[in-house]
Amino acid sequence: MTIAPRAPRKLSMKDRYSALTRDLDWTPSYVTEDELYPYTKFEGITIHDWSKWEDPFRLTVDAYTKYQAEKDKRLYAVLDGFAQSQGHLSLTDASYLNAMKLFIQGVSPLEYQAHRHFAYLGRHLNGPGPRFASLCQSLDEIRHIQTEVHTLSNYNKYYDGFHSFPHMHDRVWYLSVPKSFFDDAVSSGPFEFLIAIGFSFEYLLTNLLFVPFMSGASFNGDLPTMTFGFSAQSDESRHMTLGLEAIKFLLEQDEKNVPIVQHWIDKWFWRGYRVTALIAQMLDYMLPRKVMSWKEAFNLYFEQQMLGGLFVDLAYYGITPPKFVEQAAEEKEILSHQVYWTLYQFSHAAAFSTSIPTDEHMEWLSANYAKFDELYRPLWEKEKRNVAAGGRHFARGLPELCTVCQIPMLFTEPGDPTTLCQRWSTFEDEHFNFCSDGCKNIFDHEPEKYVQAWLPVHQIFQGNCGGATIPDVLAWYKMTPNDGGEYLGSRDNKNWLAWHDMAEKTGGN
Amino acid sequence: MTTSATIPAGERPVGVDIQESEQNRAVIEALEADNENSSVIHMPGLVRVTSPGRLVLRRETVEERLGREWETHEFQLAIISYFGHIKEWDDDEIVIAWDH
Repeated sequence: MTIAPRAPRKLSMKDRYSALTRDLDWTPSYVTEDELYPYTKFEGITIHDWSKWEDPFRLTVDAYTKYQAEKDKRLYAVLDGFAQSQGHLSLTDASYLNAMKLFIQGVSPLEYQAHRHFAYLGRHLNGPGPRFASLCQSLDEIRHIQTEVHTLSNYNKYYDGFHSFPHMHDRVWYLSVPKSFFDDAVSSGPFEFLIAIGFSFEYLLTNLLFVPFMSGASFNGDLPTMTFGFSAQSDESRHMTLGLEAIKFLLEQDEKNVPIVQHWIDKWFWRGYRVTALIAQMLDYMLPRKVMSWKEAFNLYFEQQMLGGLFVDLAYYGITPPKFVEQAAEEKEILSHQVYWTLYQFSHAAAFSTSIPTDEHMEWLSANYAKFDELYRPLWEKEKRNVAAGGRHFARGLPELCTVCQIPMLFTEPGDPTTLCQRWSTFEDEHFNFCSDGCKNIFDHEPEKYVQAWLPVHQIFQGNCGGATIPDVLAWYKMTPNDGGEYLGSRDNKNWLAWHDMAEKTGGN
Repeated sequence: MTTSATIPAGERPVGVDIQESEQNRAVIEALEADNENSSVIHMPGLVRVTSPGRLVLRRETVEERLGREWETHEFQLAIISYFGHIKEWDDDEIVIAWDH
């Protein structure tokens, strides 16, 4: 890399930032500030002095464009090299790509949503510091979706399940989990959005989302994904900073903000945590070569860094760790197993495939999870017998969904992993179901919002999803018969074996 | 569950994840040199440097190892994630620490 030597600067970094960001702001004269920024009052947040907002990165347009361009150059060099060398053949196994199918269907469209909403904040926050930081984040997010699409489009040439992802994101049952999460955030006020996405998602949970995906890519021969991931994640550290500055700023501006912010932390921790259920099963079940278990990742990135580090810091302002966090911590032993077992049974209606873990894989699960042998191995052993008898199991019928997180009601009671957890509330004489205390708590606080949830199963039963049969619905999802189901014997699996001249041997994940 | 309620800001670990690359080796070495209690963990594709309470990255230390000029903004190409607050980021150094 040749990055030009520092030109002699007349101003220090601090002064440049101040001149190019703050000094370009002006005070409106022919409209009032409230008319210019109409959305920053209704949430009940009190701001006394917008100039107290700090951007530690002190980013200016020249520095931003220079380094973003360099990041893109590095990434596209890797993409070209990988495509030119038939790099897809050096993956550990085609089944690895199930993780990437889930990523492009479930996560990449969120980047686009984030792009749009940070553009909105870049217009509507009163202070020039946070407006500029939001503008940069908005540009980052559009870069992320673009680079993710470019990266994964190479796989789309050879593998099923990558096509039609924006269409699927808006319609498919398991994708309504991340989609409704983000819809919830963008339909909040600007400060709640900052806590939801900037703080809870980017700071508290991003490490659980991105770092395992990217380390998984690195361990499974997926150089382009690792590179885009780290490239995106380098922007992410700026986004984490924006989220953290947002929370400190709100807490320092006025004591009255503290309870409002606390509720948002409680709500958005749980909302985000439920989305990471998809990541948990990806880490423990979808990667042929394992990086770390979900349990280990949750302990490292959340319990040690966030509960042990950040929340001690926030206690100074009277902020406590999110409600129900102890349930999340307890769940780390069982979460991935429960989610994958469900996805396994419903993958005939998904654009990724699943398979019974191999014996070696089950040994790893057993070594990492104390309860695996007792609670989950027997399910797989039984399913092995089903398969041997020619009856690979797919669930008939449709699952009941949680009204808030929209995940099928598959979670169990705190302290009792053998009893399904079910909570409910009544609102205006209607009955609503929840998977957990966390989701019920969120609903009870804003029932008017969540009664409007677009629940995929309800929509199918109401006749809004292409028809009454599974093939009708799958056609409406734009899924083809090759996109989902069982991995062994799938088109991806057969092609993989043929390309590796292993057609006569048995494949496996 | 880990709780560190009694551990003061000066001792609770802060850290940074850095992409493993030839360019970034100088950055990692500089972090090790300037933070005597730091520890380094290698993970797939990345290197994690942690230190109790505070982590400082100095431009001059990076430049000595890199053999060329380096501006602190360039750290944006290296960083993947961090924990702690970015307390300072100016022309000469980057400091990550807890507030309270």
